[in-house]
Amino acid sequence: MTSYPDWWKLIFGRFTLEAIPYHEPILIATFAAVLLGGLALVALISRFKLWGYLWHEWFTSVDHKKIGIMYMILGVIMLLRGFADALMMRGQQAIAFAGNEGYLPPHHYDQIFTAHGVIMIFFVAMPFVTGLMNYVVPLQIGARDVAFPFLNNFSFWMTVGGAVLVMASLFIGEFAKVGWLAYPPLSGAAYSPGVGMDYYLWALQIAGIGTTLSGVNLIATIVKMRAPGMDLMKMPIFTWTSLCTNVLIVATFPILAATLALLTLDRYVGTNFFTNDLGGNPMMYVNLIWIWGHPEVYILILPLFGVYSEVASTFCGKRLFGYASMVYATVVITILSYLVWLHHFFTMGSGASVNSFFGITTMIISIPTGAKIFNWLFTMYRGRIRFELPMMWLLAFMITFVIGGMTGVMLAVPPADFVLHNSLFLIAHFHNVIIGGVVFGVFAGIAYWFPKAFGFKLDPFWGHLSFWFWVIGFYVAFMPLYILGLMGVTRRLSRFEDPSLQIWFVIAAFGAVLIALGILCFLIQIGVSILRREQLRDTTGDPWDGRTLEWSTSSPPPAYNFAFTPIAHDLDAWADMKKRGYQRPLTGYRPIHMPRNTGAGLIIAGLATICGFALIWYIWWLAALSFVSVIAAVIIHTFNYDRDFHIPADEVVQAEDARTQLLGRA
Amino acid sequence: MAKATAQTADGVPAFYVTEEEHAHPGGSTMLGFWLYLMSDCLVFAVLFATYGVLGRNYAAGPSGADLFDLKLVAVNTAMLLFSSITYGFAMLAMDKGRQAAVQGWLAVTALFGLAFLGIELYEFAHLIHEGATPMRSAFLSSFFTLVGTHGLHVTFGLIWLAVLMTQVSKHGLIAANRRRLMCLSMFWHFLDVVWIGVFTFVYLMGVLK
Repeated sequence: MTSYPDWWKLIFGRFTLEAIPYHEPILIATFAAVLLGGLALVALISRFKLWGYLWHEWFTSVDHKKIGIMYMILGVIMLLRGFADALMMRGQQAIAFAGNEGYLPPHHYDQIFTAHGVIMIFFVAMPFVTGLMNYVVPLQIGARDVAFPFLNNFSFWMTVGGAVLVMASLFIGEFAKVGWLAYPPLSGAAYSPGVGMDYYLWALQIAGIGTTLSGVNLIATIVKMRAPGMDLMKMPIFTWTSLCTNVLIVATFPILAATLALLTLDRYVGTNFFTNDLGGNPMMYVNLIWIWGHPEVYILILPLFGVYSEVASTFCGKRLFGYASMVYATVVITILSYLVWLHHFFTMGSGASVNSFFGITTMIISIPTGAKIFNWLFTMYRGRIRFELPMMWLLAFMITFVIGGMTGVMLAVPPADFVLHNSLFLIAHFHNVIIGGVVFGVFAGIAYWFPKAFGFKLDPFWGHLSFWFWVIGFYVAFMPLYILGLMGVTRRLSRFEDPSLQIWFVIAAFGAVLIALGILCFLIQIGVSILRREQLRDTTGDPWDGRTLEWSTSSPPPAYNFAFTPIAHDLDAWADMKKRGYQRPLTGYRPIHMPRNTGAGLIIAGLATICGFALIWYIWWLAALSFVSVIAAVIIHTFNYDRDFHIPADEVVQAEDARTQLLGRA
Repeated sequence: MAKATAQTADGVPAFYVTEEEHAHPGGSTMLGFWLYLMSDCLVFAVLFATYGVLGRNYAAGPSGADLFDLKLVAVNTAMLLFSSITYGFAMLAMDKGRQAAVQGWLAVTALFGLAFLGIELYEFAHLIHEGATPMRSAFLSSFFTLVGTHGLHVTFGLIWLAVLMTQVSKHGLIAANRRRLMCLSMFWHFLDVVWIGVFTFVYLMGVLK
């Protein structure tokens, strides 16, 4: 470091050539693979002259459907990265016994478990959830787009910006070595002086802004833009759970932003919020981060509860059992999720009364959740069940989630938690609910709405194969962790002494390999489905005999979603329309008012990402320049008053006539 | 939302809207901006909570009673409250469609805002000069961050105000500009409300022993 002259520090901040991890063969091989893959992709796009198409039709698009699909693609890409981290950890823990140090040095292992958690929550689960909501909610409520289409595009690119920073840390510098919630004082400047923690802070700050704005956007959309006749208690249940999720987002992500900002000040300015001296209090951080963090897990699971509900009623061919109780259960969970944060650190020492309060509120949450499980069961009861892929995921979820829920109630008992705190039992519990709840639900949602988005179904053979690998792989990978946790093995260890534990880690590693096969089958399923799309084609727009409004339009829907805004008379508006002899209108089309595409979102988010990168490396001139550019770009964008246009009636006629012909052929 | 009871001639209910109602660009903006303000409110909630927990951790350094000059803060509070009143006058003028008056009141609002910021910066500089820096104790860390975040909001409000005055002079009081003026109005009054909290909770209660 000392050999670098002042002019270097002025230009490059604390970046030095040593920050490139040449000496890490794993990272260099990964970097080479990413570089080659990236170059191949760029070459292919250039070869087929797709840059213009991507820019005009996708990157700058304000169409909620395209943004939704881009969120899903981001989620899949980041899933591969996050899962590669998981495989490496499982591999390390399976071999690092009795003197064998394994293949990962501790400083690398610590980065991997931090990156795994951060990526899986912020850049896999969140994009999947936001993507599903973005795609489906406007269609379900009979709207043509979200309330703020430009903001939607901007939110997406901010999420990408955060993901880019996390990925950059792999090859430039390092990532944080502090665990996914970065507790101080470990994450403070004194104990984590490197760039890793700063990558963490700025990546989450940038992505978090996107998430908050997307939450504002979807609430406004659901409150203001529902089709005539769709009062609150006629809203599809997925829209209800989305509404509750977005309320949670708007009510918690600012807390995350403020908390991370305070830690950032501690690190950059030298303030004393969470330090051990001069009056700082690290437990303040732990409280604040979990006031965001606990609602966050409900942000992830609630929309998937909605997906399961839609899947249950569609594939059982009947109305959802207990719709009203489902809505109330969702709202109650939304509220209760704010009253339980302290159960993440019963061991803080806040005393018996405080711990009892939070233990009881935590246990109470299992009541509305249990009510939901019964609602799905009673929906299936006497239903005409079709065991299509989404329904299979629902069944796997119901069994798996109940197990995870029960271990959750165990952890909610403070005396039990004192034993199980920070152990692998906890790891098994939250993977049990996140994989069994969120991931299964995302796959159910993808299988369910894929034909809507692309006009053909997913290949069922590879889908079922992926399903079985995932479900069996999950049990093989995580049940051993429950056992290890009960034996007292703590989390985040990179090597072990007791050889009698090894067999459980080997089994868990085998389970992770099964899940890897599940992911592989999922990717093959997408590829095979694209190749076989003519056989899998859906010309009706309603391949599952659906019940809500998204199935009333074509697959894929036109840019304007609905030529005429639908009127809802019933909870299952589309099922009601089919039953009562709805005739699709063939004439009388009018021009449709739509928002215009803009590149402003991508540009502003790109500048914000550069600003984040500059701040991470203390490149102050670049940080100042890019920050001023962000402000300038926002101001320039506000001078653009020409934000919408009309799709001419001829174009609507053309699109709708094409659909009429398709329907005639079906 | 339109009433959905309409029926077609043969008794089948109407399932779609044939006469598209007039599109309202920005019809959700007010709600959306309220939601944003509430999210911002939570940022301040965190800062207030942090001040509440850490605000008496002086670490053998100066306390609020040692540092705060209530007279100065009272003048500062008056500046911000006046700026809210004058923004209100600007909105009244907007309702009457009087563009020159709107611009005039907005300019006065900006001056009050600048005065507020100037006094706050003077206070900060004075404290830092006396050795009461944000690094000195958790109390001062949370004090500077809470008050400074409010100040940053006022700064961005002033930039926004300048941009809006340019846009009003360029395009007049068109619907889009009225909507933007409404949003900034809400933002400005919101900052006022937050300041009342800061004044009471930080300054007034801070000088109590």
